[in-house]
Formats: sequence, C-alpha cells, structure tokens
Amino acid sequence: MEFLGLYNYWVFAVLLMIGFYVVIARPNMIKKLLGLSIFQAAVFLLYITMDKVEGGTAPIIQKGVEDAIYSNPLPQVLILTAIVVGISTTALGLALVVRIYEAYGTIEEDETQQRDLEQ
Amino acid sequence: MSLAAQLPALQVVVPLLTAPLLVLLRGPSLAWAAATAASLTSFAIAIALTAAVLGQGALHYEMGGWQAPFGITLDIDALGALMLLLITGASSVALVSGRESLARDIDPGRLHLFYAAWLIAVAGLSGIAVTGDAFNVFVFMEISSLATYVLIAAGPDRRALTATFKYLIMGTIGATFYLIGVGLVYMMTGTLNFADMEVRVADVTDQLPILVAAGFITVGLALKAAVFPLHLWLPNAYTHAPHIVTAFLAACSTKVAIYVLLRFDFFVFQGNLEDHAFQFSMFLAPLALLGILVGSAVAMVEGNLKRLLAFSSVAQIGYILLGASFASEAGLTAAVAHMFNHALAKGGLFLAVAAIAMRVSGVRLTDIGGVGRRMPWTTAGLVIAGASLVGIPGTAGFVSKWLLLQAAFQQGTLGIMAAVVVILSSLAAVVYVWRIVEQAYFGEPAAEGITVGEAPWPLLAGVWMVALANIYFGVSPELPVALAESAAGELLRHLP
Repeated sequence: MEFLGLYNYWVFAVLLMIGFYVVIARPNMIKKLLGLSIFQAAVFLLYITMDKVEGGTAPIIQKGVEDAIYSNPLPQVLILTAIVVGISTTALGLALVVRIYEAYGTIEEDETQQRDLEQ
Repeated sequence: MSLAAQLPALQVVVPLLTAPLLVLLRGPSLAWAAATAASLTSFAIAIALTAAVLGQGALHYEMGGWQAPFGITLDIDALGALMLLLITGASSVALVSGRESLARDIDPGRLHLFYAAWLIAVAGLSGIAVTGDAFNVFVFMEISSLATYVLIAAGPDRRALTATFKYLIMGTIGATFYLIGVGLVYMMTGTLNFADMEVRVADVTDQLPILVAAGFITVGLALKAAVFPLHLWLPNAYTHAPHIVTAFLAACSTKVAIYVLLRFDFFVFQGNLEDHAFQFSMFLAPLALLGILVGSAVAMVEGNLKRLLAFSSVAQIGYILLGASFASEAGLTAAVAHMFNHALAKGGLFLAVAAIAMRVSGVRLTDIGGVGRRMPWTTAGLVIAGASLVGIPGTAGFVSKWLLLQAAFQQGTLGIMAAVVVILSSLAAVVYVWRIVEQAYFGEPAAEGITVGEAPWPLLAGVWMVALANIYFGVSPELPVALAESAAGELLRHLP
C-alpha cells in the first residue's frame, strides 16, 4: 500500500493547495494571510515528514543505549527557522493590514483598489 | 587569522550588527551617519573581496570553523563578487545622496528605524550573495524581503501600503516555493551545501523529485525576480516606495533573485538532469521575450515617471534572462554584464527622479514639464542614465546589449528572432526615454510647485557619480566584463 503509505505527502499537497487557493480567491486581506499561513504550514509538514526514520526515536544520545535508531534532526532545526520566518511574515502582514484599515477604512483588496481609483 | 581572512563573514556581519545599534541611537542625523558608515564599510569590503576574487579565484570561508558539508560555508565567486559590488554600491550611493529626500518622505521620529531596516536589507541581500548553503539562502532571502517590505511601506502615499501587501503575499509564495524545492533536493541528496549537492545529485537514481524541485525553485525565484508574468508586484512597489528606496531596490533586489536562480540551475541541475539545459531555455526564453515586449510597450504609454521606469525594469529583467536562457558562454556573459550595467542605468535614473521630485509637485510626466531649464545639471544626469538604458554607444548599456546581440546571433534562427525583439525593444526604449527628455526640456511647466533651482548638492553629486560611472563603464568596460566572463565560465563548467 505505498499509495496510502505516503499519506503525509498527500496531506502536504492538499494543505498547500488549500492555502494557495485561499490566497488567490479571497479579497479579504486577513483571509489571505490565513491562507498564506496554511500554505507555509504545509511545507513545514513536508520537512517534518521526510526526517522521520522508521522506528526512529528522538535524536538524543542516552547513556547505555548503543543501538538506537534516531530520526534525522536537521530538517526539524531547519523548520524551526522557517517557522520563525513564517511568524515574522504573518506579524508584518497583520501590521500592514492594520495600517491599511486606518488609511482606507476597509481590508477588502477590491475595495481598496476602488478607493484609489475614485481618488 | 588576519582580518582579511574574515572579510566574507564581515560583509554580512557589519550591516547586521549596525542595524540594532541604530535603534538605540534614535537621532535621525546620527542614525543616518552610522548607516552610511556601515554601508560604506560594506562597500569597501566588497571591493576588497572582488579584488581577491579577480586575483586568486573563488574564496571559501568556513563559518565557525565547521567543515564543508556539515557547517555553513561562504563561497564567493566572480558572480557573487559582482552582486556584492552592486548591493553595497547601490546602498552607499543611495544613502550618501538620499538623506534630504528620505527626510522629506519619512516621519523624523521613525527615521532611525527606517535606516535600521535598510541595513538589514543590505545584510540579507549580501548574505544571499556570499553563502554557499541552500537553506541559508532562504533565510537571508526572507531577512532581506521582510526589511524590504518595511522600506516600501514607508512610502508617503497610502497606496504604498497596498503595494507592500501585494509584494508580501507574492514574495512569501515565491520564497515558500523555493523552500519546497530545497526540501525535495535535500530529501534526495541529504545535503544543503551547494558544492556538495552538485556532486551528490549525480548519484540520485530517481530524477523525478529533482526535476520537480527544479520547477519549484525556478518558479519561486522567478516570482522574487519579477520575471514576466510574475512581475505584478513590481510596478506598484517601485512607484509608491520612497524615491531613494526605489533607486536602491531597482539597482539590486531583483538581480539577487536572478543570481540565486543562475547559481542553483547551473551548479546543481544543469550538469545532472537529462535535457535540463533545453527545458531551462524553453521555459525562460519565451517568458524573457514576452517580458521584453510587454514591459517596453507599457513603458511607452505610461504617464507616471516611476511606473514607466518600473515597467522598463520588467523588460530589462527579460534581457538578463534572455542571455541566461541561451546557456552559452557568450549569453551568460551578456546576462551578467547586463545585471551590472542595468543597475547603473536604472539606479541613476531613479536617483535623478528622486532629485527632480525634491523640486516639483509629483512624478507624473506632466509634473516635470520644463525641469530641464530650471535644473539643467540634474536633468543632464538623467539624460546620460537614460542614454545608457537605451544603449547608446559610449554608455554602459551599449556594452551589454552588444554582447547580448552577439550571443543571440550564435543561436541560429531562434537567436535572430531574439535579436529582432531586442532591437525592437531598444527602439521602444528610445521612445520612452525621449518622452521623459521631451517633457523635461520642451514641456510646459506645471502651474503649481514652481520651486526653482537644482536638487540638494549631495543628491546631485550622487546622480552625477552614477551618470559618470555609466560613461566610464561604457568606454572601458573591462571590470564588469572580466567579472561576467569569469562568472560565465564558472557557471558553465559542467556543460559540454
């Protein structure tokens, strides 16, 4: 059952597309940022999935245990960094949305364009 | 360990550590002085590194003394050195000459934070150019992008905010695509180091994930580089950002993304994937040609000076990609040389626009009517940079366009078609640069905003420095061409 055995990757692909769709289809800026977060979270899942070694445990060396199998710690470290990047992006995006609301009185992308045209 | 051996690390560390200091300094003048000093120091380091690369070949630096595949290495080759020169040079000129223009655009209470964001952007962009680690590139790319969003959102108009939001969404999607690609390559090779990846990709038996990775990385970086049709964020971001920020970004930010694209594609994929050179050319060449045509066509009818130049940038990115898509030595030399020369021309033009904007009410073409008579020196600088953009012999722009045409003629029928497009778009450039010149010298002055006189002298000096550099590198183009040839040789070493 290799097809189902890769279900983590299927979840990755589905989450990625859900996030992408929300970013493209929704004019509401908060929803766009939500979509962006889902989009990034999907990639975190990809990295975390690939580091899993079958039967592997957390990569912490213990006294007296010689033959333990460890999962690969590197992707986890990478994704920790990527999560920080994602949070910074979301925070900056939300700050921008607040400023846009102050300046335009709306957070719908089409309405902001409309108001720029009227000006 | 002498200080000279640490220069690759200092290139990133100097601006990165100065940035938090600026937040503590507070006073706008003090912050400006410190930011400029840090930027000039980085420029000096970049010059020293370029001299070292030209003298003794690529530099290799192990961060923290960790050996190559385990630790992060910094690798600076000719292409990286050229990028460093562009980034730090553009930042230095913009900071030295842009103080008064920035003081007008940005609230004085926030100016020190603005300069801090500027230095972080410089650190991030330089980091991309020095690092030899694929994931490190992602981190530096996001550091520079986040700082860039702040710089653009500092624009005086509320439209700067929506432009930044659009850029943030598209930029993050691009970076995430790149991250997916790096993840897939890591999954198949178990390494993130470019040099190590290059060797190990050859041993991968199942090429499909690598091919998918190549697709994700190319599209992601194309988004960051504003390759047509993924350029939608660029015109608004350039138009509504503070003028000096536009001059800095137009000179280097999109080119850094192209740098990563070239490096990844030619070092990791070209030698190892079947038919990749063909797929790469067939994907990028049509986009490059369309970008050249559409960018030039829109620039011919656009009424806003900054937006006009932004669309011209879309076309110029097309030139760079067109050269790269030939995947030949002549083509890559032209592409890399054009990165340098376009940075000079477009940086000069946007600086001149910033200078003119100090004295007129807006940057629409109708606003600059008659400025040639009121500020002759500034306008003359604008005309020289414009001539370089068109590619008039004797200016830097001519050198790389000539190289590009030569490369195109080596490519057979397709190359001749490409050459025709390049010539057509150069004619279009004559039209849109002439529209600016015509308004500036023969247009009727706008009713309001009749401040007479030249731009402030530091800004004028900056414009002329870049304008003279355009002429200097047009008459004796040895430095950029030597770097470009060396870069092309390095990029192509895996191809027959």
